[in-house]
Amino acid sequence: MAFRIRPGSEIPDSQVTPQAIYAGRRRFLRFTAAAAAGGIAGFGGAQASQTGTKLSGVSKSSFTTEEELTTFNDATSYNNFYEFGTDKKDPAEHAHTLKTRPWTVVVEGQVDKPGRFDIDEILGWMSLEERTYRFRCVEAWSMIIPWVGFPLADLLKRFEPRASAKYVEFETLLDPEQMRGQRYPILDWPYREGLRMDEAMNPLTLIAVGMYGETLPNQNGAPLRLVVPWKYGFKSIKSIVRMNFRESQPRTTWNDSAPREYGFFSNVNPDRPHPRWSQAKERRIAGERSLLESLFANRIPTLPFNGYGEQVAGLYSGMDLQKFF
Amino acid sequence: MAEGSVSSESTSTPRVSGGVIRLRLLLKPFVFLVCLLPVALLVLTAIGEGLGANPVETVTAWSGEWTLRMLLITLAMTPLRRFSGWGWPLRIRRMLGLFTFFYACLHFLTFAWLDHSFLVADIFADILEKPYITVGFTAWCILLALAVTSNSYSVRRMKRGWQRLHRGVYLAALGGIVHYTWLVKADYGEPLLYLAICMLLFMPRLVVLLR
Repeated sequence: MAFRIRPGSEIPDSQVTPQAIYAGRRRFLRFTAAAAAGGIAGFGGAQASQTGTKLSGVSKSSFTTEEELTTFNDATSYNNFYEFGTDKKDPAEHAHTLKTRPWTVVVEGQVDKPGRFDIDEILGWMSLEERTYRFRCVEAWSMIIPWVGFPLADLLKRFEPRASAKYVEFETLLDPEQMRGQRYPILDWPYREGLRMDEAMNPLTLIAVGMYGETLPNQNGAPLRLVVPWKYGFKSIKSIVRMNFRESQPRTTWNDSAPREYGFFSNVNPDRPHPRWSQAKERRIAGERSLLESLFANRIPTLPFNGYGEQVAGLYSGMDLQKFF
Repeated sequence: MAEGSVSSESTSTPRVSGGVIRLRLLLKPFVFLVCLLPVALLVLTAIGEGLGANPVETVTAWSGEWTLRMLLITLAMTPLRRFSGWGWPLRIRRMLGLFTFFYACLHFLTFAWLDHSFLVADIFADILEKPYITVGFTAWCILLALAVTSNSYSVRRMKRGWQRLHRGVYLAALGGIVHYTWLVKADYGEPLLYLAICMLLFMPRLVVLLR
């Protein structure tokens, strides 16, 4: 064996460090990091600054978590947006080629008022609110993001969905000129996602057009994206150009890519491990932390429905969540 | 395959001038320092731009990739010796192998410590339940066995058994590549490149084995 731990010295999961001690340890680590080496203390390099357009008239929403925010820099430099490359740093580097104006969203399918709508026209209809949500990636890391947007339900109602509309399908822009990642057949482009109608109409489901008080950076899905906080991040499709109201369940990109691994629902579920890795815990990326703090931070337990069970568990009552994952 | 057969090298080098001897003495310290360059690279990145939003993931990927790279470099030494006639590839092979093990240990330590805070039950649950971790851990165990028996004493004691055991390095390489391929979500470019290099390096051996 590579190592041996004295019997009895294992810490049970249930044992929670008291807040005061925890905070003290954080202070100690920060101090150690600063004192350890002058060079290391200054790590972090150039931080991304907020350069987007400030959004005005944004009201605060009650749907908001008080947890410590992810820094703007982390939220905009660590992204899964394969349209711009598969490395987490690729979107921040390459998404500047995306042109977000003019931008048209096509609405079609089982609705009485289909059409092509300009992003600014849509923005004119909606009043913006800020909601801080937990964001849990299927790769077992999580962030706390202050989104700016509006409930998807408010938008969908305007198109007057018919009773036959059981699902909404979303599609990302397809343009390898602007999205260099689409030049490679990594996924079946364009990226597609979908929600059941009741999921789409749930008050938690958001269309985000901004974050941290300003317009969405391109790498985060500008000019408009979905945010479904109780589902794994890949359900929250970015840079949307099409919404299709359907009678049948749409095909979705990651489900097509690996059906056993990424289900249509993909609700955050610590009891349903991904075939290749556990989903019981997550690494929280939040706050200004020293390198040592982030390296030695413990992973935290993942909550069912990412902690939004009270609002959404009812959508799935009677469903076997191991089967409909 | 190791020191035993390497000893014939000295006789095959006819000119032993002072300069050649000096270069020879410098070879191993030089290679030692080169093998530590990835560590320097990581430290410089940490001081400069930082290790990103998820430093544990960065360190895990760094140590894993360098384990594979060092392993493939190590495997390249015997064919390099055969095709070039140079003696130095075999003289540094053991050191390269031990550096492979060094990076493999950093990789395992990252997993056990930074990911699992040394929670033994969690670590073993992962090793037993997650196939890509099972394979990766097995590869590490093989490297451990090779590292422990890499000294000249073991080479002499184990005789032919030593060679048989150390052919396991191919199993470790294959295991490492399977481990990497298995954890990738969609972009298989890099793991497939490693696989191609590994197959290329295995080809000359296959020819020898089949003869």
